[in-house]
Amino acid sequence: MSLASSVELINVTKQFQNSVAVDAIDLQIAAGTYCCLLGPSGCGKTTTLRMIAGHEAATSGDIILGAQNVTDLPPAKRGTAMMFQSYALFPHLTVINNVAFALKMRGVAKSDRLEKAAKLLHLVDMSPYAERLPAQLSGGQQQRVALARALITEPQVLLLDEPLSALDPFLRIRMRAELKRLQRELGITFIHVTHGQDEAMALADKIVLMNNGKIAQVGSPRDVYNAPRSEFVARFIGGHNVLMSGTKNIAVRFDQMKLLGSKAKTKGPSLSGHVSEIEYQGNAFHVSMKSDDGQELALHLAEAEFDAAPLDVGSLIITTWDPASAHALG
Amino acid sequence: MALAFTIFFVIPLVFVIIVSFWDYNEYQMIPAFVFRGYVESFEGCYTRLPELCTILATYLKTVKLCFIVWLITLLIGFTVAYFLAFHVKSKTWQIALSLLCTIPFWTSNVIRMIAWIPLLGRNGLVNSALIDMGLVTSPIEWLLYSEFSIVLALVHLFTFFMIVPIFNSMMRIDKRLIEAAYDAGATGWQTLWNVIIPLCKPGIVIGSIFVITIVMGDFITIGVMGGQQVAAAGKIIEVRLNALQFPAAAANAVILLGITFLIITMLNKLVDVRKEL
Repeated sequence: MSLASSVELINVTKQFQNSVAVDAIDLQIAAGTYCCLLGPSGCGKTTTLRMIAGHEAATSGDIILGAQNVTDLPPAKRGTAMMFQSYALFPHLTVINNVAFALKMRGVAKSDRLEKAAKLLHLVDMSPYAERLPAQLSGGQQQRVALARALITEPQVLLLDEPLSALDPFLRIRMRAELKRLQRELGITFIHVTHGQDEAMALADKIVLMNNGKIAQVGSPRDVYNAPRSEFVARFIGGHNVLMSGTKNIAVRFDQMKLLGSKAKTKGPSLSGHVSEIEYQGNAFHVSMKSDDGQELALHLAEAEFDAAPLDVGSLIITTWDPASAHALG
Repeated sequence: MALAFTIFFVIPLVFVIIVSFWDYNEYQMIPAFVFRGYVESFEGCYTRLPELCTILATYLKTVKLCFIVWLITLLIGFTVAYFLAFHVKSKTWQIALSLLCTIPFWTSNVIRMIAWIPLLGRNGLVNSALIDMGLVTSPIEWLLYSEFSIVLALVHLFTFFMIVPIFNSMMRIDKRLIEAAYDAGATGWQTLWNVIIPLCKPGIVIGSIFVITIVMGDFITIGVMGGQQVAAAGKIIEVRLNALQFPAAAANAVILLGITFLIITMLNKLVDVRKEL
């Protein structure tokens, strides 16, 4: 359909009256990348997306799309399209007219724009609903329509603001797969804002983890998960214990923690403590413990391993880990 | 609710309709079923066509006045509501400015109308100012006691009835829809025409019903501001009442009601008001 384009932010800052929402960030996203802006609420991810879209003016810095500096261009001149949180479909227009809206604004003849809109509805599997009003659709269907509406201008970059947050968990996982498929087929750049680390891990080629208006870490999901750079990253991305090791903090994944018998000796690092909670998660047991020196940590035990030596809340356990699997945190 | 509706609305209306078919002489009403009230109102009208008789001309003038007032209140009301809803960002200012719009209602109708006279009269502020500036040599006559002054007073009074429902509709519009339109490349006017106006339709219709029903039945404002020179449908009823011709007055009331009902039905066709309340 259309060519993908790269996105580059250079020293971009957004200041509101008395707070800095985005603080001098630099970011490069290669063309055709599925990029997730991830972070807790208020971290500046949505503001960043809105600046790329052109719905928020950057206080300073430059935004480059492909070869063009778009910092001062209106949204429709940037080659971007935005899919809004809770979709923002026009309630008075039928599905097909919602999708054709941007073309109508451009003065495309009625038959041409309806034909194009029908094609896009077909792409998102919504052809049978063309004459419905948005209020007559389910959340997932509305999302498909919003997607079609955003894609009709053949954007080089599609911006998605928490596209899955309004859906129930089952639908969320299905739509997630569809977004990924669509991005692969269209080959355009997707920038997707989310606060769900599992969503980002599942979708992204590149995760941009943000905190307090700054970028905390950038990388592929595996890079970020295997080598979190700071305590914030380790905690936000999940699945990690943050442990004191001398004066520094280290991160160790739950599934790389090992259990020692209560009397066994170990050459490596170890912590002893009592089990505080046990959760069965299907693929493993999630055992939370409180160490004798007061640290909270958790480990994953395979079902067979757990059955070999069942634990109860309050059991005394000793855990260890391979120092090679620990990451020093900055 | 139903009881109040019956006592204050249904019963009087039924009486008016019944009385409109009664017969009458100089001093009393005679229960009957005749069309005298209706027929006498239009006496000679048919034979004089295509020239309009007084009563037809009066109804036509009422409708015309109503249309002009409706159009102006709609334009002003929509603009003010738009400003309040989309340009005034703080809630406090929105409330303060909305209260400002209610100022015309702080004094009685009569005082408000009288207040126009020193402003618009032959020796009023406007005329003196125009003469002093040398723009005109003699006072402009049509400023007061004219259709102009009637429309002015009615617009002044009733624009607020347009502002409130339209503002209410506008406040219900999700601001992201406007952003979505902007994202799709719509200009300000395109957004207004394709998104805001369609979504304000219920407010526009409700405001229009307020204004049209009030203006159609008005005879005091039209009488005072028109210097009793301009007749309106409400005036016909008043004259008949003063002549103690109650059935004729009732007949004209029923005709007026019919016209108003017709206009509102047409407006209702445009939008399902019940759905929006």
